[in-house]
Amino acid sequence: MAKIALIVNLESKVTEVEPDTPLLWVLRENFGLTGTKFGCGMALCGACTVHVEGNAVRSCVTPIAAVAGKHVTTIEGLSRDRSHAVQRAWLEEQVPQCGYCQPGQMMSAAALLAVNPTPSDTDINDAMAGNLCRCGTYARIRKAIHLAADLARGQK
Amino acid sequence: MSFAALRGIPSLATVSLVIALVNVQWSSDASLRARSKTDNSKASVLAFRAVQSVLMSPRCLNCHIPGEGPLQGDDNHPHAMNVKRGADGAGSAALHCFACHQTENSSFVHGPPGAANWRLPPQKTPMAWKGLTAGELCRALKDRDRNGNRSLEDLVSHMDTSLVRWAWNPGPGRTVPPLSHEEFVARMKEWIKTGAACPE
Repeated sequence: MAKIALIVNLESKVTEVEPDTPLLWVLRENFGLTGTKFGCGMALCGACTVHVEGNAVRSCVTPIAAVAGKHVTTIEGLSRDRSHAVQRAWLEEQVPQCGYCQPGQMMSAAALLAVNPTPSDTDINDAMAGNLCRCGTYARIRKAIHLAADLARGQK
Repeated sequence: MSFAALRGIPSLATVSLVIALVNVQWSSDASLRARSKTDNSKASVLAFRAVQSVLMSPRCLNCHIPGEGPLQGDDNHPHAMNVKRGADGAGSAALHCFACHQTENSSFVHGPPGAANWRLPPQKTPMAWKGLTAGELCRALKDRDRNGNRSLEDLVSHMDTSLVRWAWNPGPGRTVPPLSHEEFVARMKEWIKTGAACPE
């Protein structure tokens, strides 16, 4: 066991776990942040996507030791009041069906828009291909990302 | 002029003999040099063939690709999730290599492998080896315009990075290159020492 400190959604946190415990386990079990979902456990579906230092990563295969001292953002921390452009666009387009994959989809979309404010369909396909949706909401996801880009630029 | 006076001057026959001997010696030296060069060249090509066997293994080839999408597995199939190289070789926005690949291998079969600085060669110099003949690979490897501006010595150093060394510790379910890392580096040094000759 090791004592590991990190910053989650701008709050300092300390946990005492085995260093190879997946970040996802710590977020859900130790910190009670259950918005991030367990899908495949092998970095194959994207449901567990969170941000580490602003970059999208799969928390199910990220050992907690790898994020010691780093900033982690989960779906709960995207904004305090659902004001993030991605959240607004997701609501506007009514993207989710069952919703299970959506926190991961939204975190990937937010990471994409942070570095590419005007993504093309190809950019979206490249960035989002690692996030699977069994309900097939891909068309709405793409539409919502374009809308979020417009919202973030104040064009809608 | 007496014969006694001529005694100190070498006869024409003697001079011819000396010239002939010198010529034989010179031609023998040149022939030895040429043979030695040929031997070196043969040894160099032979060493490169050993190097090539490693460079063409799936562990290297899956990222040294001509297109934008890396490959995976021992059968070189396209990487899942439409993963792209990106300008710096570390993936695209929101789907960087490090999103899934950690600094160490996953412990389970089909889990993402990992090593420090996991990435492909950059877009500008993709160092694509897939589909090259032995000669083409050899020349590409030496070409500073295509090898990331590396000298031959730099190439040897590159083979000692954690990412390259990962090929010999690829995690469960993946084969390793046909030579050990030590033998691979030794054959690479031998190839360079013998003139870094390339197969036709």
